[in-house]
Amino acid sequence: MAEPQTFVLYSSLFISLFFEVFLLITYLEVRGDIKRDNEMIAKGPSRYPSTTVIVPCFNEEKTVEATIKSILDLDYPKDKLKLVLVDDGSIDGTLSVLNKFKNHPQINITTKENGGKHSAVNLGISMADSELISCLDADSFVTPDTLRNMVPYFDDESIMAVTPSIKVFEPENILQSMQKNEYRWGIFLRRMLSSMGALYVTPGPFSVFRSKIFKELGGFKYAHLTEDMEMALRLQKNRYRIVNSHNAHVYTVTPKRLRGLIKQRVRWTYGFINNIIDYRDLIFNKRYGHIGLFILPLAIFSIFYTPFLAGNLLAKTGSDAWKTVDRIMTAGINGDFSMPSFDWYFINTGVVSLLAVGTLALTLVIIYLSIKLADGKFRLDRSVFYYLAFYSLIVPLWLTKAVFDTIFRRKVTWR
Amino acid sequence: MDSRKYLIAFVITAAIFGTAIFLSNTLADKKIENVRDIENKVALDILSSETQFALLAETSCRDIGPGFLSKELGPLGERLSYAENQSGFNEEDVDSLKRSYFLLEIKDYLLMKRLTEKCRITPTFILYFYSSKERCEDCERMGYVLTALRDKYPDLRVYSFDYDYDLGALQTLKSIYKVKSELPALIINGEPYYGFRSVEELEKNVPALKLLETAEEKALRASTTPREN
Repeated sequence: MAEPQTFVLYSSLFISLFFEVFLLITYLEVRGDIKRDNEMIAKGPSRYPSTTVIVPCFNEEKTVEATIKSILDLDYPKDKLKLVLVDDGSIDGTLSVLNKFKNHPQINITTKENGGKHSAVNLGISMADSELISCLDADSFVTPDTLRNMVPYFDDESIMAVTPSIKVFEPENILQSMQKNEYRWGIFLRRMLSSMGALYVTPGPFSVFRSKIFKELGGFKYAHLTEDMEMALRLQKNRYRIVNSHNAHVYTVTPKRLRGLIKQRVRWTYGFINNIIDYRDLIFNKRYGHIGLFILPLAIFSIFYTPFLAGNLLAKTGSDAWKTVDRIMTAGINGDFSMPSFDWYFINTGVVSLLAVGTLALTLVIIYLSIKLADGKFRLDRSVFYYLAFYSLIVPLWLTKAVFDTIFRRKVTWR
Repeated sequence: MDSRKYLIAFVITAAIFGTAIFLSNTLADKKIENVRDIENKVALDILSSETQFALLAETSCRDIGPGFLSKELGPLGERLSYAENQSGFNEEDVDSLKRSYFLLEIKDYLLMKRLTEKCRITPTFILYFYSSKERCEDCERMGYVLTALRDKYPDLRVYSFDYDYDLGALQTLKSIYKVKSELPALIINGEPYYGFRSVEELEKNVPALKLLETAEEKALRASTTPREN
């Protein structure tokens, strides 16, 4: 127990277990709120505030048309909904795709030199004169009721931004299927963070803001390629409320290949670390409640303990597998291929194994609740299995790379 | 901010941790108890064999059946080596069980030796010395080979000893056979073999093994015997 590695292992297990318990207690607390949200959404909006949706595009010729069509299909009064399509100096056929919509009465198209996503969104904001402003990445799609399911939250004057629930668009392979379950977990997490006032991202896919916040706090900034995180942290710092609508679904295209996924997540993690450095005065600051005292410190800590726990898991599995291979290579497979008879004596009943079982049990409960919250009902599918089998093994790849990039100040790119 | 929630979450997490530690200790104790039970049984088996052997003067070798020597030494060794390599077991308990295990092995070995001399049976046992002090990958692989051999030849008796273990009887055994510290070491028919040996090498070099029935042959004979009766 006295060895530093054992101490770190037990502390990491304690903290991850504590977080799961904390989430589940929060769920028990906010079950009533979730029900009230569902009733409010079922009633529909009491009014339809004017809304502008900005679509910043940089080389998105393949997906942008579907994105625009999904916005035009929103179940929202046409005279209250405007689109601003900003071509951020694309070098592919994006602009010609956008120009297909140039005569549409709800659509404004503008093009500029490439200057980064934040500059494209800011140009869109400067062109908008609506009460609400939203932004939709050109690789994401809304469903007809997405906006209707977000607008009612703005009846509360103190709410400045509403975030949606993001789902994976038509997963095609194991990697995307794994992300499907990860995003479901994210939906549950965001809803819990929302109740705690601790949302620290207003996602690029369809977060809706009151337009006045841009006048008061300024537009989006270049922020380590994670502008949506910087904006949320800025809102939190100024004590502006952000809530999540778990009924507002946005579908996003996720990376199909591991390389792409790692690149995306390195960008997110690198952005998180660097934005946290910029907003370090929130950390352990009582003024900011849960987000300052618990959620952000935990998120920072998890960057370090997740690779450690996963490394331990991998080392253990690897050494067991190697021993089996070594045994078979050395002595062959004994006798017929029958399984050895079951003997409880040889089941690992060490403290770490039992704690791992406990953590897994709570993870399964959270996955069950996540699926119920994200899809309305529980249905077990393969994505849960892929998530459990592979996720913890690949997370360390991007976490460690992002830490490495931060320490050595390497440039992280979009693609 | 609701600090009560943090306190409740902390208490629940601590309770889960406490339960895991308690459960792990209880199960480890049960496993130790299980090993101790087997050791007691082996001790009793040996006592019974010794008594039977002492009576042999008055009877003949034919009365010695196949179950004369304890069958539990092998499984006992496997359990002990598992306990040794897992965390969570009380080291003192494991150490004391190991000590009595080695003594039981030596007693069984002596009995086996006397039996082979008296009844003129070909000796079929291997003394195996490994190291637990230094990392010895070949010892681990040798262990796999010996387990495979024991599975193949159920009548083969493998006595494994920790070379570095501080036990008087073990030191004596080592000096009788002049076992050097080049591990793994095998003593077969009084001949020392050092370093790793594969299943095939052992089968080729050890005549005693050839005389042993394999498990398949044994099973085959068991299935045909009733018809002969």
